[in-house]
Amino acid sequence: MSFYKPTFSHPLLPKNEVGYRKADYEGAISTLCAGCGHDSISGSIVQACYEMNIEPHRLAKLSGIGCSSKTPTYFLSNSHGFNSVHGRMPSVATGANLANKHLIYLGVSGDGDTASIGMGQYVHAIRRNLNMTYIVMNNGCYGLTKGQDSATADFGSISKSGSKNMYQAIDLIGLALELGAGFVARSFSGDKTQLVPLIKAAMAHPGFAFIDVISPCVTFNNNAGSTKSYEFTREYMTATSKMDFVPKREEILVDYEDDSSIEVELHDGSKIRLSKPVQGWDPHDRNSAMHKLLDAKSRGEIITGLIHMDPKTQDLHNILNTSDTALNQLTEKELTPSLEALEDINQSFR
Amino acid sequence: MPLGSGVNDFVVRFANVNGTGSASANGIFAKALFRMGLPISPKNIFPSNIQGLPTWYEVRVNENAYLGRREGIDILVAVNPQSLKQDIASVKSGGYLVYDNSKKLHDSFLREDINFIGIPMMQMCMEHYSNPRQQQLFKNVVYVGALAALLDIEMEVIKGIISDQFARKPKLVPPNFEALDMGAKYAREHFDCPLDIRVERRDKIGDSIMLDGNTATALGLLYGGASVAAWYPITPSTSVAKAFEDYAKKLRVDPETGKKNVAIVQAEDELAAIGMVIGACWNGARAFTATSGAGVSLMNEFIGLAYFAEIPVTLVNVQRGGPSTGMPTRTQQADIISSAYASHGDTKHVLLFPSTPAECFEFGAKALDLADRLQTPVILMSDLDIGMNEHVSPPLKWEEGKKYDRGKVLSAQDLEEVKEFGRYLDVDGDGIPYRTYPGTHPTKGSFFTRGTSRDEYARYTEQGDAYVRNVDRLSRKFETAKSMVPSPQFYGKKNQSSYGMLFFGTTTYAALEAMDLLQGEGIGVDSMRLRAFPFNNEVEDFIHQHTYVFVVEQNRDAQMRSVLIQELGIRPEKMLSVLNYDGMPITADKIFKTVRHNLTELNPKMDAS
Repeated sequence: MSFYKPTFSHPLLPKNEVGYRKADYEGAISTLCAGCGHDSISGSIVQACYEMNIEPHRLAKLSGIGCSSKTPTYFLSNSHGFNSVHGRMPSVATGANLANKHLIYLGVSGDGDTASIGMGQYVHAIRRNLNMTYIVMNNGCYGLTKGQDSATADFGSISKSGSKNMYQAIDLIGLALELGAGFVARSFSGDKTQLVPLIKAAMAHPGFAFIDVISPCVTFNNNAGSTKSYEFTREYMTATSKMDFVPKREEILVDYEDDSSIEVELHDGSKIRLSKPVQGWDPHDRNSAMHKLLDAKSRGEIITGLIHMDPKTQDLHNILNTSDTALNQLTEKELTPSLEALEDINQSFR
Repeated sequence: MPLGSGVNDFVVRFANVNGTGSASANGIFAKALFRMGLPISPKNIFPSNIQGLPTWYEVRVNENAYLGRREGIDILVAVNPQSLKQDIASVKSGGYLVYDNSKKLHDSFLREDINFIGIPMMQMCMEHYSNPRQQQLFKNVVYVGALAALLDIEMEVIKGIISDQFARKPKLVPPNFEALDMGAKYAREHFDCPLDIRVERRDKIGDSIMLDGNTATALGLLYGGASVAAWYPITPSTSVAKAFEDYAKKLRVDPETGKKNVAIVQAEDELAAIGMVIGACWNGARAFTATSGAGVSLMNEFIGLAYFAEIPVTLVNVQRGGPSTGMPTRTQQADIISSAYASHGDTKHVLLFPSTPAECFEFGAKALDLADRLQTPVILMSDLDIGMNEHVSPPLKWEEGKKYDRGKVLSAQDLEEVKEFGRYLDVDGDGIPYRTYPGTHPTKGSFFTRGTSRDEYARYTEQGDAYVRNVDRLSRKFETAKSMVPSPQFYGKKNQSSYGMLFFGTTTYAALEAMDLLQGEGIGVDSMRLRAFPFNNEVEDFIHQHTYVFVVEQNRDAQMRSVLIQELGIRPEKMLSVLNYDGMPITADKIFKTVRHNLTELNPKMDAS
């Protein structure tokens, strides 16, 4: 059952450039456990969409099945939503995107949804460079079925029942890099300062943008020994940099105080400004990003922040060379070949 | 019973090796008969293999337009040593074996009751061509030339086809002509041409065309406005997607920008293919996928979602032999139950059963309209026989200025006028709700699509009464579909007999011939061709108006009979099955014999000797 918040908000609350208040980006009341990392991510999505001046109805939110996939109900209630089947959100997002290239597509998934049943669809969405933002709310366990290890649970991580995970973890970031994703980031649900600009940059990226967000499960995976708990993540995470998203139309000021900042420019001219980047790492260089990722992993660290970005990517519509008009807007005029063409076809079969 | 022989009534079978280029030569042979104004029915009988195994191509010529498969081979062209023994055995007594006698045939192969026509095809090609590939390819053209002389096929017609075929590679025309003449010359010099089995020009095909059902289906989807196609290769449906892509390259490109008004994706699997179609249809495009039974099995979960979430989906199921991998290159109609009720829970899907390429075209477009109108999956139930074999068909027709039926879609302006939009409200009492495409209106019309239970306003609920209201409305919608799907077709006068025969799809060809065979013995049976599920009132009436109804279908378990009994509440005893499930298209003879046998048992006094 979904419980809906009253839509009333104070008339004096500030509106963004497209005339919406922050409350307009909220959704139903969450039915997830109190303290669930996923709710923090929902909050970051609300914040990012508000700040990005996105008209809610121009965004389509899609998900699969699981705790994380329930969250689209809890943000952007004025957006069309789609809860598909387990792990198959990417194919539905692909079809939706093919039908109308002019909407913004936000896919939300979990580690069970993406790293197990949905692995095939996840990698193929990357391969096709589908223009969407794909957020995995990664808690390393199956919350809805009471805490079984997922495929992203780290080797040796201790579950709530005390058992030790015997298998290697699938690193979705590593896969995304390997497969050529144009935007790859990792964050922590408890670090809104980092996550909000990352979501904004992901949405501005003109191709597949992936954010793996470690999002502790307070009920089944927040115990001592778990590597996806709040405590562990806070202790071992290392941010690649402090970051800020600078939209295209905003004046870009030089940061005099920090001479080590770099700016990563997106396709549309927006920028991500990274301050004090980790030494020896170039976010534009996939090899460098991969190296940085593996290096951190070998030291037991979780690196967060923007890991890799390639602004010059060709999304699926570019690859397929589809019309500028959204396919769902085409009419009989554009879609029905002529009667003469049909007569030629008939003639070719005589 | 005479199976026919002589002028314009015979069966020729070619026994080839898969992958040796024989398909083109065999096709030229068939087309030549067609261009001589004769109704023909060619069939590929091929292995699930790329190269090296025996493959056959069978052409039935019948000027009375009986175009089902007929058993008994009158002329066998045997160029595959691997299957020679079996090929010789399959020739009807009095028939002909045209074979390559470059090597002498062993005495053990000889039969006294058939005529052997030896032509040294390989030897001729070895002498004439130096390139080994040419030697192999032109051997096929040599036998076409020999057949032209033996059967009295007009050489100019064959040459016209070759010229058309190689219009873009004119250099290939002369060597083909040479091979053709070489074969004809040898036949004329060594045999008494033409044979008693031969062709004569007629004017029996009018403005008909000859094409395969998969191409026609693809064209129907193209004319019907499909702008997104997602598919995964599987025999025998692959050529639907392939033909769609080929024609889209020519007919869906903006001449000014060069950009495409279509998106075609070869998905990673069937699950993704149907997922993409669902996403595209949810977002207001017309989309389809094409697959076969094994693919439908994989798509089940998504089909259930589309049914429950009420998303228009068009799916082409080109059926093949099942279960499991079954017989990938053989035909059946064995996915009726698994398609009609695909997915778990209470589900029912609209099925369309075309029986000619023209109908594949018509139903391809119709499926898109019905899916949009009903907001539900619609499955076009083709099969390998109609899908991959060429059939003589009326020309493809499109009504000028025809509009698509996009169903109940609210525009931004419509939404302004609606007080409160309820995605799953039954406003009109027909069970079909209204929908909006994402992005339509800033504040009205957005809704959540989900596979879980929801109320009329698309809000998640587990309340039993809301669930019951919803699934009952879906039943109401299925009732509404009855009046929208194609009605059955009747042949001859209605209600002349207390016996009825019901058939659908590709069994139609044999069934119509069987009706004439029965009539020839004084057995009158009324006939009806079913064209869709749900069954409309005319189907129900036909069954009620007859004491016994024969149901002709190509599966072991009489699936259509079961669905009819279940859906219409018919006494099982009155429904008699005529079944065929060996992977080959059913023959008129089989239907005739089964019906006659059943009638004799039902009515022992009937003289059916």
